[in-house]
Amino acid sequence: MTTPTNIASPKARTEALEGALSDKGLIPDGAIEAVIHTATEEWDPKNGARVVARAWTDPEFRKRLLEDATSACAELGYEGIQGEYIVALEDEPERHNVIVCTQCSCTAWPVLGLPPDWYKSPEYRARVAREPRKVLKEMGLDLAKDIAIRVWETSAETRYMVIPCRPEGTEGWSEDQLAALVTREALIGIALADPA
Amino acid sequence: MDGIHDLGGMAGFDAISYEENEPVFHEPWQATAFALNIVGIGVLRNHNADEYRHSIERMPPVHYLQACYYERVLTGAATLFVEKGVVSKEELEERAGGAFPLATPNAPDPMAALEPQPVARFKKGDRVTVKDIHPAGHTRVPRFCRGKTGTVLHVAPAFSFPDAAAHGGAFRKEHTYHVEFASADLWADAGADNESVIVDLWDSYLEGADA
Repeated sequence: MTTPTNIASPKARTEALEGALSDKGLIPDGAIEAVIHTATEEWDPKNGARVVARAWTDPEFRKRLLEDATSACAELGYEGIQGEYIVALEDEPERHNVIVCTQCSCTAWPVLGLPPDWYKSPEYRARVAREPRKVLKEMGLDLAKDIAIRVWETSAETRYMVIPCRPEGTEGWSEDQLAALVTREALIGIALADPA
Repeated sequence: MDGIHDLGGMAGFDAISYEENEPVFHEPWQATAFALNIVGIGVLRNHNADEYRHSIERMPPVHYLQACYYERVLTGAATLFVEKGVVSKEELEERAGGAFPLATPNAPDPMAALEPQPVARFKKGDRVTVKDIHPAGHTRVPRFCRGKTGTVLHVAPAFSFPDAAAHGGAFRKEHTYHVEFASADLWADAGADNESVIVDLWDSYLEGADA
């Protein structure tokens, strides 16, 4: 098959599909807007940051999170599609966790938000499983050689989130202060929670 | 299928581009394309998530690699609306004012012959080997772990078996396992011996490694 040369822009193609479905009366009023609202306003890495901060400050919550992250996240109101079975991966000083979906771009939407472009890029998907230490270093996280790395491939229905180590010097910090240290990058595992 | 989507471990890819403070969507059409697919799955029941993943996998590789994520979403969803007779490619191209490339057709015999496994056969700590299957249709076994042996870290609940669900096969649920492979067992040139990859694998894909 040869590639056609007169390809319509992705915008024109999107409008074509939306227009065709709309004119057939197939799209309920507000359905598109509702999805976009959820994707942009509700699925947010701040949710995952809140989960991590709670785990750092509440040992009982941490225990529940490690045993059943789906329920623990739901306690805070974070649940729904792509959050049906969440597993929390706790970093340890001697072992780091990082998440990928090599075959598409699966992510725990309710706690991490829709994934960023770098996570969905062919470069990240191809490389991070095979050479994680090099990829993490390129992205600004230089792990010592004696720290083990586990790369978690999101190939089935489990959706992962990383619980980074709580930074030193944050004793007595409030949950809000702690949550502000936890970025989307830390929840995926290409960065640490860092008070600097 | 042994397609372009199955990127894990493939060599030759360059540095990863990183954007500070990236927005959820860069352009409004991306949000619409994403929503059209979600509505197609959840409201219209035109297709399921496994059919959707496979429709993207069926994109010609050159288009797949050149398209951004949301163009892949759009192409996969549009392919399924066309294949199920909701809209025609001609109508889409007339409306778009140009070509509307879709994915290639489904393979005629898409599934590997894998016996359903309704009951979990493995437990934490078991050594398991991934079957070396190469189905022509949808599967969630990455190529890099086929034929390899790893250790079960965790038994997850039973979920719909994607190889069947993507192709209208009989509904079946099976447990998945978080199986840890030493990176050195997957790739001869992999880094240190303290690196590993954990793959989430359905029961059917596996066989016991302990004789």
